[in-house]
Amino acid sequence: MLFLDAIDWILDPEHWREVNFGPGIGEELVAHLWLTLLSVLAVAVVALPVGLYIGHTGRGRGVAVVLANVVRAVPTLGLLALLFIALPLGLGPAVFVFLLLGVPPLLAGAYAGLESVDRQTIDAARAMGFTEWQVLLRVELPLAAPLILGGLRSTVLQVIASVTLISNFGLNSLGDFILGGLASQDYPQVVAGSLLVTALALLVDGLLALVERAAAPRGVSRGDGRTTARSRRVRTAPTGAPIAEGN
Amino acid sequence: MAIEFRNVRKTYPDGTTAVEDFSLTIPSRSTTVFVGSSGCGNTTLLRMINRMVDATSGQVLIDGEDVGAIEPVALRRRIGYVMQNSGLLPHRTVIDNVATVPVLTGTPKAKAREQSMALLDRVGLDRSLAKRYPGQLSGGQQQRVGVARGLAADPNILLMDEPFGAVDPIVRDELQRELLRLQRELGKTVVFVTHDIDEAFLLGTQVVILKRGGVVAQIGTPAEILARPKDDFVADFIGAKRGKRRLTVEQQGDGDDLLLVDSSGYPAGLISAPGGRLEPVLSGGSDPKSRSVSNKTDQAGDA
Ligand SMILES: Nc1ncnc2c1ncn2[C@@H]1O[C@H](COP(=O)(O)OP(=O)(O)O)[C@@H](O)[C@H]1O
Ligand SMILES: [Mg+2]
Repeated sequence: MLFLDAIDWILDPEHWREVNFGPGIGEELVAHLWLTLLSVLAVAVVALPVGLYIGHTGRGRGVAVVLANVVRAVPTLGLLALLFIALPLGLGPAVFVFLLLGVPPLLAGAYAGLESVDRQTIDAARAMGFTEWQVLLRVELPLAAPLILGGLRSTVLQVIASVTLISNFGLNSLGDFILGGLASQDYPQVVAGSLLVTALALLVDGLLALVERAAAPRGVSRGDGRTTARSRRVRTAPTGAPIAEGN
Repeated sequence: MAIEFRNVRKTYPDGTTAVEDFSLTIPSRSTTVFVGSSGCGNTTLLRMINRMVDATSGQVLIDGEDVGAIEPVALRRRIGYVMQNSGLLPHRTVIDNVATVPVLTGTPKAKAREQSMALLDRVGLDRSLAKRYPGQLSGGQQQRVGVARGLAADPNILLMDEPFGAVDPIVRDELQRELLRLQRELGKTVVFVTHDIDEAFLLGTQVVILKRGGVVAQIGTPAEILARPKDDFVADFIGAKRGKRRLTVEQQGDGDDLLLVDSSGYPAGLISAPGGRLEPVLSGGSDPKSRSVSNKTDQAGDA
């Protein structure tokens, strides 16, 4: 059976060192994770400040939504191909491509997270004498943490999956096993490659889920519908321009 | 800390003029109540004092100093603010909520917490609630925490925007009485907003009845307003909730004042005469019981 053959393939110690005279599972795994890590860091550097700015001020939301949707609509492989035609091969351009792909979920998580914070809570904090930075760091961020981390999880999954495709363009990743297997019609290897990517994704996602749970603010139940509903209602009221006032 | 509004006007960016031309002096160490129906500009007026709203024109002065010249964050830290839905930080415990402003202004956390514990006593909250989160408190308890937080930095001015508007009548009654007690103990300059005329008369030393656009319908002590409503609007406003009670002149005070009493024997109004002596009784600093009684009457009248 193909599935069991694939398991056997993965469990073969030889494959962890070398596959078809190329890098083994260990090396591909490290390469895959490394590229993922670099890309996610790049995403965070771009998406967090922008998303927090949009969420805090309510400005630029429309533009962000449109851009994110455009990026989402583009097929990943197509985007990769297009960009690798235009860019030289290498780690830098690869990270750039995954940055484009990975930004939308974290960006959305960041601004949606801040928007979910009750306007009255923020207003009260301001009235107590919190500076704008203190409102952001001590009120909005802790309360938005679960949604932001939710966005981060989607970004990481997106990148882990997309990095598989980088094999088409000459960089190492677990995708090499899939691509190589297809070329040599070694189907157990193809399935093994897919299993490895899937397992990696599930593992990383599970770890991030734990982080997300740990970061949920105490005193506020996770995904507290009440807070969100109230903030929505308040936001539609004409008093929803707290930034412009009093500064 | 006297507060003065000088020809203050507020037009919001969307063109709504919430306050047209408002002037008022709020004496220090007493309670001034703004009362008017929703949308009259109560909140706008209140928030111009701590610059949560900036006046479009005119000035707000605190002890002669234009608030426009004071940095908003610093200004807000020295003015207490209590709002209707407590506005507590849901992710912080009760004690940390109360300690918010002292911590912001650099008081060491341990010391701020210790002082906050004493404040819990002050507002009648059990210390065992200190470690709870706001979501684990009743509405009335949350409002008490809100009041404690407003008092934590020992501000001279306390702004209260319908602080008891969302709690049930019995708890409201209790909170009102406690506020009177606190005010007797602390003597802050309290500016209080309400839609409830009974609450206004109960708590206010000075009551300002507002019409739409922050237009002043009448300013006076509760007794003055009760005795001489300036026009039909005011008469309507203070009479509306008093229902169709049959009033009788029941008592004569030491002076020439006449006290109006309703059919169940509760005081409902006052006809004050020159040199009348009942006036101070109804206008503040008196036995809070008799005043809360008159308030209860009106709730009974509603039912
Ligand atoms: N931020 C705002 N933007 C536009 N209009 C506002 C804003 N805040 C209040 N208003 C309007 O100003 C008027 C007075 O509001 P407010 O001071 O909140 O009244 P109150 O507290 O007496 O109910 C209302 O018509 C209200 O809709
Ligand atoms: Mg209001």
